[in-house]
Amino acid sequence: MIGLPEVIAGVIAVALNAYVLTGGADFGGGVWDLLATGVRRERQRALIADSIAPIWEANHVWLIVVVVVLFTAFPEAFSTLGTVLHIPLAIMLIGIVLRGSAFVFRAYGPHGRNRWGLAFASASVITPVLLGSIIGSVATGAVADAAARIGGAVDFFDVFVRPWAAPFPTAIGLLALALFSFLAATYLTVDAREEDLREDFRIRALGAAGGVFVCAAVALVLAHSAAPRVAIGVVEALLVQVATAAAAVSAIAALWLRHYRLARIAAAAQVSLILWGWLLAQYPYVIPPALTIREAAAPAVTLRLLTIGLAAGAAILLPSLRYMLRTFKY
Amino acid sequence: MALSLGFHIIFAEIGIAMPLLMVLAEWRWRRSGDPIFLQLARRWAKGTAILFAVGAVSGTVLSFELGLLWPSFMKLAGPVIGIPFALEGFAFFTEAIFLGVYLYGWDRVSARAHTLAGVIVAMSGAASALFVVIVNAWMNTPTGVIVEAGRFSAIDPLAAMRNPSTFQQVVHMLLAAYASTGIGVAGIHAAVLVRGRSANRLFHQRAMLLALTIAIPAALLQPVSGDTSARAVARWQPIKLAALESQFVTERGAPLRVGGIPDEDAHIARYAVEIPRGLSVLAFRDPDAEIKGLTAFPRDQWPPVAPVHIAFQLMVMLGTAMALVCAWAALMLVRGRDVAQHPRLLAAIALLTPAGFIATEAGWVVTEVGRQPWIIGGIMRTADAVTPMPGLSVPMVVFALIYVGLGGIVAVSIASLVRETT
Repeated sequence: MIGLPEVIAGVIAVALNAYVLTGGADFGGGVWDLLATGVRRERQRALIADSIAPIWEANHVWLIVVVVVLFTAFPEAFSTLGTVLHIPLAIMLIGIVLRGSAFVFRAYGPHGRNRWGLAFASASVITPVLLGSIIGSVATGAVADAAARIGGAVDFFDVFVRPWAAPFPTAIGLLALALFSFLAATYLTVDAREEDLREDFRIRALGAAGGVFVCAAVALVLAHSAAPRVAIGVVEALLVQVATAAAAVSAIAALWLRHYRLARIAAAAQVSLILWGWLLAQYPYVIPPALTIREAAAPAVTLRLLTIGLAAGAAILLPSLRYMLRTFKY
Repeated sequence: MALSLGFHIIFAEIGIAMPLLMVLAEWRWRRSGDPIFLQLARRWAKGTAILFAVGAVSGTVLSFELGLLWPSFMKLAGPVIGIPFALEGFAFFTEAIFLGVYLYGWDRVSARAHTLAGVIVAMSGAASALFVVIVNAWMNTPTGVIVEAGRFSAIDPLAAMRNPSTFQQVVHMLLAAYASTGIGVAGIHAAVLVRGRSANRLFHQRAMLLALTIAIPAALLQPVSGDTSARAVARWQPIKLAALESQFVTERGAPLRVGGIPDEDAHIARYAVEIPRGLSVLAFRDPDAEIKGLTAFPRDQWPPVAPVHIAFQLMVMLGTAMALVCAWAALMLVRGRDVAQHPRLLAAIALLTPAGFIATEAGWVVTEVGRQPWIIGGIMRTADAVTPMPGLSVPMVVFALIYVGLGGIVAVSIASLVRETT
């Protein structure tokens, strides 16, 4: 049955999707900044900076929306995640802080640009890996397991480290990194104004697509033992799998044939479908196998008010976002 | 957490007030065509960009830290106070979008749209402050819930937002933001002017005067707002009032203690100057009003008296100094005198550059430490809300180092921005 808790969970999923497509690509930009090579190295970096400068802060707010809606509507889930995944979340935060501030200092601040560039780029690598492993560890069920053991005699490593520092979450972390890099390179082929730069990022996008394939394959193999429930769910949702594969093939084909705008749409669709594949496989759990959406939901009055607030917010937000993108991206 | 907040609050203040300054400068430029105002608007926009970005990332850290450090608090309080947080998220979104348009859109959007973008940034900054302070006000004086055996029932988020502290705290915080930032900016330019060897004197003169136009009304209104806030505290949080005034015993016609160092064991404040009946008059407008002393409450419900009392004295002292200097400047302006040619006034303004920010930190100590040992006034103790994860000092130290580093770099960046124009 679909009620308010499911609707709000859907809103969180949409916001997370938006964050992955926008903020995620900004992190990917940082990866390409780090990997900038060849004679056009500085021009590549300049393109990346110009492309994300006006919009990265707005992109970043999607993550804040995810967090605040999560703790308002599903306080118990938020509380569990914050407790068990304290360490990776904290490291991810450090990455976010360094990435953002290094980016503005590089643009406006004193000192050598290079040092800030390095901080920006390395934080851009660390953060997606941790974001991915956090998602991966939730999917395995290890988070729920660890949360259940808090309160008794607790082994620090077992509860606060093992759930996320394991092969499967790490594979998901690398997958996230590859996906974000893939997105960024594809977007940059559209943003580039000169043919040689565009070609640079076309090659990079194709390379990243290969990386995505490898990481996804490894993750899928590991999933069977680490996260059987989710693995079965992902495989069973055949329609989503077919759609994902179709999007992936279209993205690569479009890049190959230099239809960049089409490639951008297909890449975004591919990444979104992977995310939704996970979310649907996990449904109706927020934190499998312990906490369902219904169980974690806040009282009805809060959900009702939150829905009104979200609708009002969206009424302001969506036209503003559209205006921003029209101003800077078309 | 307190550390992150203490860091964030300064950037948030600047993030609220700085866009107002930058848009005022742009507006003056569009009206007068004076290129100095354009230069000023662009310069302030750069400063805003740096401070907003750092404010934004430190704000992100905060939203996560709620879960990382206070999971039990969030589990209980999330449904009650999540709504203002969600609204704050949207206000922040709007601010980020239009700041991007403002900073990078000088040549891409029309003049009117550009100014409007600046206005939206300034307004959504103030709206963010409104929503966040509502949450803090609720933690001080929770309403809209019934507590039964550690669980909340009859949750009413709207009633929680209208708790008795909301109005005073929001007004006090917004005025603090405008006064601190206004005086901070005016002070930086006054310092350049007072040294007197700037090639770009007119620029700094205009900058200082513009900053003073927001600082003067805010700093003059702030004592009034402070007084209403204190009276609300007297009514709703008597222990906090007792702590901030070092009132250990319950008495009628209580004196106002200025300065002094409270001694929690001896139940007295040493070296304080006492103004007879002052506190009773201020708190209840009645020289004979009874003021509850700390000893009227169990010892385990006392906040740490010394820091609260001292921080309160510091805040009031700095606030008074800012109001006096602003009154002085206002008087000069009304009489048509040139403030920029008045070395003593310039020196006073320059001296007060950090005053507002120090006062803000002190005020933060007053409201937060003054609420201890509770995280939700009278409902949940801070110690019960903290995460069960051991070794918390490690992330504390790491975040402290990051903040110190960031603060330093921001200071250097701003200083180099200022130096470019001298």
